[in-house]
Amino acid sequence: MTLGRCRSWLTAVSVAALWGIALCSASTAETPDPNRIVVKDFMFMPNPLTIKAGSTVTWANMDDEPHTVVSNTGLFRSAAMDTNESFSFKFDTPGAYHFTCSIHPRMVGTIIVQ
Amino acid sequence: MSDHKSLQSRRNALKCLAYGGAGTLFALSGGVFTPIDLAMAGTDKQGTARLGKPLFIQISDTHIGFNKDANPDVNGTLTQTIDLVNGMNEQPALIIHTGDITHLSKPAEFDMAQQLFSRLRATEMHTVPGEHDTTDATVTEYFNRFGKASDNKGYYSFDHAGVHFVGLVNVLQFKPGGLGTLGADQIAWLTADLKGKSASTPIVVFAHMPLWTIYEPWGWGTGDAEQALAQLRRFGSVTVLNGHIHQIVQKVEGNVTFHTARATSYPQPIAGVGTGPGPLKVASDQLPKMLGITSVTEVKHPRSLALSDSTIA
Repeated sequence: MTLGRCRSWLTAVSVAALWGIALCSASTAETPDPNRIVVKDFMFMPNPLTIKAGSTVTWANMDDEPHTVVSNTGLFRSAAMDTNESFSFKFDTPGAYHFTCSIHPRMVGTIIVQ
Repeated sequence: MSDHKSLQSRRNALKCLAYGGAGTLFALSGGVFTPIDLAMAGTDKQGTARLGKPLFIQISDTHIGFNKDANPDVNGTLTQTIDLVNGMNEQPALIIHTGDITHLSKPAEFDMAQQLFSRLRATEMHTVPGEHDTTDATVTEYFNRFGKASDNKGYYSFDHAGVHFVGLVNVLQFKPGGLGTLGADQIAWLTADLKGKSASTPIVVFAHMPLWTIYEPWGWGTGDAEQALAQLRRFGSVTVLNGHIHQIVQKVEGNVTFHTARATSYPQPIAGVGTGPGPLKVASDQLPKMLGITSVTEVKHPRSLALSDSTIA
């Protein structure tokens, strides 16, 4: 094995190790919140979202444009959420809950509470 | 406008077009649309002054409170806009703001907007709200400041210099999955408001969201606008002014001219380009060329209204 190849091999090992650390920290730091709705690219994701009764849903706006979350029945209504702002609401009763962004009414979503 | 002046306008238009004009002018003449094909270069700040005394200036989409990359200084670009208006040789009697005064309907944003507007030499301002001004359920912040003219309904009319102005609101009754909405009450009010008006009365209608469908997937339209437009078709000269889409789009349908104004805050993409109608980031030296106002000038013989657009740079 030449020195050059050895260096390449070591580099490869180091990169793999770093990846391992990165993946590890990602999995611990970013436990996905199953009750989180990301608002991005003028869409609610996931849509629909299915949750258990008693859960709290958090909508997080990741767009450069503000969005709102307004229940079609008037049950809940957020203020305008700017970039990186969020809104939460607790759902106690099973059913289907439809909501809209009042700034962009083309954006609609549904939460199914079981 | 005399033929001589008209010809001069055409000549100027061609001159400006040669420089890559960024504006447009067209006139409604005796109910018949007459394009004057005058384009004003974006750098020609005197352009609007040349047209004579403007009847009013349309300012739109100031979005006070916006602070993202597309324009970190919306207060600054509104100030430039106000300087542009204040610098006109002849001051307009009215300013019409077609909504999205603020970005997030916050009291501090409305206060800042009013503080900036107070520098306008023209003191009479008429407004309609945009959906960014009405995100609080009760629309308290907008109506507390701008609700008097409409008794907190948002829609109202007034007369100025023989022109009948109608402010409509299409952002208060949104339909999930749908477009802007005027609503049955407002359409009934409009019908009553226009009743008995002579067909020769020039009509200016202003509302935030376009009163025709420009691009449905992005909600650029008003679902029940047709019912309002049906009331307007008998008039010889109707000018429909909107904002919302932060760029100029215009069309003519019979005696009705539709025109959307540029914003003073940030541009938006052309319909359907990109993921949605969000702020469009452009090079900082390009930004002022994409922001501006619409100037509306009355032409007496024959009676008509002329629109022109000017950028702040």
